[in-house]
Amino acid sequence: MTSTRFIITVIGIDKIGIVANITKVMADFNVNIVDISQTIMEDLFTMIMLAGVKDEKFDLKAFQKAMSDEGEKLGVEVRVQHEDAFRFMHRI
Amino acid sequence: MLVHPEEILETIQMIKAENLDIRTVTMGINLRGCCHNDIDVLNERIYEKITSYAKNLVRTTEEIQNLYGIPIINKRIAVTPIAIVAESCDTDDYVSIAKTLDRAAEDVGIDFIGGFTALVHKGATPGDIKLINSLPQALASTKKVCSSINVATTKAGINMDAVAMMGKIIKKTAEATKDDDGIGCAKLVVFANAPEDNPFMAGAFHGIGEPDCVINVGVSGPGVVNSTIRELKDPDLGEISEAIKKTAFKITRMGEMVGREVSRRLNVEFGVVDLSLAPTPEIGDSVAAILEAMGLQNCGTHGTTAALALLNDAVKKGGSMASSYVGGLSGAFIPVSEDAGMIHAVEIGALSLEKLEAMTSVCSVGLDMIAIPGDTTASTISAIIADEMAIGMINKKTTAVRLIPAPGKKVGDNVEYGGLLGRAPVMAVSEFSSEEFIGRGGRIPAPIQALTN
Repeated sequence: MTSTRFIITVIGIDKIGIVANITKVMADFNVNIVDISQTIMEDLFTMIMLAGVKDEKFDLKAFQKAMSDEGEKLGVEVRVQHEDAFRFMHRI
Repeated sequence: MLVHPEEILETIQMIKAENLDIRTVTMGINLRGCCHNDIDVLNERIYEKITSYAKNLVRTTEEIQNLYGIPIINKRIAVTPIAIVAESCDTDDYVSIAKTLDRAAEDVGIDFIGGFTALVHKGATPGDIKLINSLPQALASTKKVCSSINVATTKAGINMDAVAMMGKIIKKTAEATKDDDGIGCAKLVVFANAPEDNPFMAGAFHGIGEPDCVINVGVSGPGVVNSTIRELKDPDLGEISEAIKKTAFKITRMGEMVGREVSRRLNVEFGVVDLSLAPTPEIGDSVAAILEAMGLQNCGTHGTTAALALLNDAVKKGGSMASSYVGGLSGAFIPVSEDAGMIHAVEIGALSLEKLEAMTSVCSVGLDMIAIPGDTTASTISAIIADEMAIGMINKKTTAVRLIPAPGKKVGDNVEYGGLLGRAPVMAVSEFSSEEFIGRGGRIPAPIQALTN
């Protein structure tokens, strides 16, 4: 693995508190935000974050579950994917 | 951000809405070291080797699926052709070996195991004959075992004795699994020019030129290609080809990444990415739908072969740049039962067996998952195989036949398998006889194309 950076995408109907609640979960898991962008695309709230993890014992599965559970509460879809999934597909 | 947000959303759209997935991670395992004249010892060795080499295959594959957020649908194993491994056994019946493979597959949690295989393109050894004769019972008494028989190559010609034999064996296999619409035949494929590193079933086996253990990956994504073409505004065919190439590149990159990471974590050599478009019964995830997106009213009409040729070639061109090692079948699959668009085309009378045969001259494999009437004679099945083998032999390509003579069914009926195998409408075959031709036996000599040295 070349990096332990993850792309986190949050897509759904816009409402108050999405950023606050999602980033709270990230803080709980000690996940740092490297870059963040947020727009409304075709009426959909779309947030993309590049997040970094330093902890070697980081439990990805538990983090993914906590994030998607939080997303469910907020009515948005949350995905946590290793950065390489996107780098490999779009960059040579 | 290193990757543009639009690209991130494009990838997510491919996975979420267009069924992009890694179709299979297949571990090839060499069983040549398991040979023994006592079949019980052989079975024990086979079980030991498979379960020790593949014990972490499923867990590792699932970890990678979570890491990258891309579905990996099947985990499979391919083994050395069993006819070779079992040749020295003092027995006439290889069914217990199939059962051992099935048990090992079950215990390591994989979906299918391929390699109950014989390579008889020029002639058959006693072990090959025993394996072929064991097929009906072996396929009826196991769930996960897949079998392939290579009966022709460009270099050797077509072994017509084996072709004649396989017609009878396919009938017997259907009969042995008649309570399940002849599902045994869905796990049995007859090949010309079978590749040794194909990760797709039913034809996967671990070739004799392969290392001890290897990871091969099969990618998929007809749904993504379909959407890409449909988004183009009034394109000409050159633009369609270009769009398919770019999409195939992206899909294959995913396969390459997953294959390398699985290999690294399992400490196993990385073999190839097979960049095939493998349809599923999901609506839109269909090769037929791609051909229709190019402007054909229905798959099977005039122009279909040309459209498929364009598709197959563009997939190869795009994919071959995306992976350092491309192999297996690599192209577009045209199975009938596994593709909702193909099923529809057959049902409305747009697609016939004859047209499918023509299409196989430009697709990556052959006549695949086609149900035919249960009363089709063995010699007619053999003759269908012979035609298909001839296309492969002359065109220096892999061709295959996976036919299901559905017991008790006639044209217009359906066979239903569920899951990835889907549903097949029974298709008509010619009513005229090929009996005498098939009965002649012998070998069709290697074509002039074989004389390349």
